[in-house]
Amino acid sequence: MKRLMKGNEALAEAAIRAGIKGYFGYPITPQSELLEYMSVHLKNRGGVFIQAESELAAINMVYGAAGCGVRVMTSTSSPGFSLMQEGISYIACAELPCLLVNVVRGGPGLGTIQPSQGDYFQAVKGGGHGDYKMIVLAPNSVQEMADHVYLGADLADIYRIPVTILADGALGQMMEPIEFPEYDIEKHTIDHSAWATRGRINGKRHVITSLYMKPEEMEEINKGLQKKYRDIEEKEIRFESIQTKDADIIIVAFGLVSRIAHKTIELAREEGIKVGLFRPITLFPFPSRQLQALSKKTDLILTVEMNSGQMLEDVKLAVNGQTPVAFYGRMGGVIPQPEEILKVLKEKQNQLSLRKKV
Amino acid sequence: MKDFTEGIQCDYLDTMDMVWERPPTLLDTPMHYCPGCSHSVVHRLLLEVIQELDIQDKTIGVAPVGCSVFAYNYMDIDMQQAAHGRATAVATGIKRVLPDRIVFTYQGDGDLAAIGTAETIHTVNRGENIVIIFINNGIYGMTGGQMAPTTLEGSVTSTTSEGRNISLHGFPIKIADMIALLPGAYYVTRQSVTSAKAVRKTKKALQKAFTNQIENKGGVSFVEVVSNCPSGWKMTPLASNEWIDETIIKYYPLGDIKVPEKG
Ligand SMILES: Cc1ncc(C[n+]2csc(CCOP(=O)(O)OP(=O)(O)O)c2C)c(N)n1
Repeated sequence: MKRLMKGNEALAEAAIRAGIKGYFGYPITPQSELLEYMSVHLKNRGGVFIQAESELAAINMVYGAAGCGVRVMTSTSSPGFSLMQEGISYIACAELPCLLVNVVRGGPGLGTIQPSQGDYFQAVKGGGHGDYKMIVLAPNSVQEMADHVYLGADLADIYRIPVTILADGALGQMMEPIEFPEYDIEKHTIDHSAWATRGRINGKRHVITSLYMKPEEMEEINKGLQKKYRDIEEKEIRFESIQTKDADIIIVAFGLVSRIAHKTIELAREEGIKVGLFRPITLFPFPSRQLQALSKKTDLILTVEMNSGQMLEDVKLAVNGQTPVAFYGRMGGVIPQPEEILKVLKEKQNQLSLRKKV
Repeated sequence: MKDFTEGIQCDYLDTMDMVWERPPTLLDTPMHYCPGCSHSVVHRLLLEVIQELDIQDKTIGVAPVGCSVFAYNYMDIDMQQAAHGRATAVATGIKRVLPDRIVFTYQGDGDLAAIGTAETIHTVNRGENIVIIFINNGIYGMTGGQMAPTTLEGSVTSTTSEGRNISLHGFPIKIADMIALLPGAYYVTRQSVTSAKAVRKTKKALQKAFTNQIENKGGVSFVEVVSNCPSGWKMTPLASNEWIDETIIKYYPLGDIKVPEKG
């Protein structure tokens, strides 16, 4: 049965249903509903909730609990995500599974509480120190906010990697009808007893660390991580392709902007302009090959984001100069409108045809 | 255990009894600590207590960033290495999801009383049922002898070349006394390991701290050990211990700071 829920609450409810047993967080708008929901419901349903003294403490509580092989998570918004970066780097290196949620707001600095996609680089490129990656999921509806919790928790467990759900303030706050999928926690439970610290087993101890003093050893650890990331790139790419078959122009957008761009496509097609939409769902691994294949058949790619052009770099790398790539972005918490994108799209198209004539 | 008598020609050895052994909880690994450093003594005491309380298989330790970052190389128990200052947050995460395990942190003064002050205070304030072992050596050992929050006035370090100047660097912090004020602190004590007697007292304190946790008394048991750092202080081990006994404990007096009320 469908029910009407806020994005943040859908994330929280899905997390409990996905077997999250520990939640550690600190209040920040626009994600506090998630924390509040957990404070009421997680404890009543067999989990642990702590309102930490800071995001620094929260991410390190996640580290400790994840190190025990327990499904745990935290959630925050941009400034809090910045504070967590050191901890995330440790988690990535120690290969601890956990779920992170960043309900992004406009920055930099204290910024604004309005929605933004300004933390793309931080999430996708590794905002902390060292060579590491997280799996980054970008939902574009309240339903997907919930779905990505299950997916994220599973991927975190399978690959022993932090998984970030990169949402934004609008997705966190908006209400939509959603349905929670059937999910058998037991079937999805992975045995972590081979590495987790739960007290020695059969006289064998486990150590969780990210410290390797010998450079050769540290390089081996790095190689292991990179191998895992290549494996993830091989197997876990997710994307959506809408009306791209006959498209002359393809808009590339993720998260909330992909919803807006969807409307732009309709408007454009009413005017006879064949526009399609390519939406990366996993931002890491980025669907580069899929986008590259599409780009060969189009005249123009327009990347639209709520930032100054961050995913744009990955789009350009994927397209690799084969097709012109244009960009339109709004910053600081401003949401672009479908008509606005259409206008830009027409301008870019004109510029392109003018250039072709010359 | 390696047979350390191997190759030694000595008739007496065959007839000698073993009177003092390495506890099996202490791994047979050469320690990286400088000769005479308190860290190694406290490691041993801690592991003796874990052995004697028979909690080896249910204990999870948290090693900090600092000289004791490699504590897990010597301790035959499950361990996690925490980011600088965050040991008590990590311990909180562990203890909350595995409440029947015994959890401790082992931290230096930079870790616990500078970069991790917020975590220290709030972990105590939540009354987490864990043991915190605090090695107060008045200096940043690992990074080469910079001023610590606990460095005494006038002490020369690599960042206080003219001695710690209160007007510039603030006062040496008495974090044990601070946290003793919090209701979440169950047992707070300050000890040293400068003499056999002091070592025995520290061991007693550790026994008490872990027993509190096992008996689920509720609240943090906090054992501060006023420690030396012969390399960082540029003193011989003996001189550094004398310095503790004659000077440091005037500012950091030894003894229980908070003991549970009887009843
Ligand atoms: C975030 C961060 N900042 C700084 C450091 C560098 N660092 C490593 S150990 C240390 C000081 C540790 O001193 P203390 O806690 O007193 O322990 P000791 O080495 O004296 O035992 C510092 C500053 C670090 N590893 N991480």
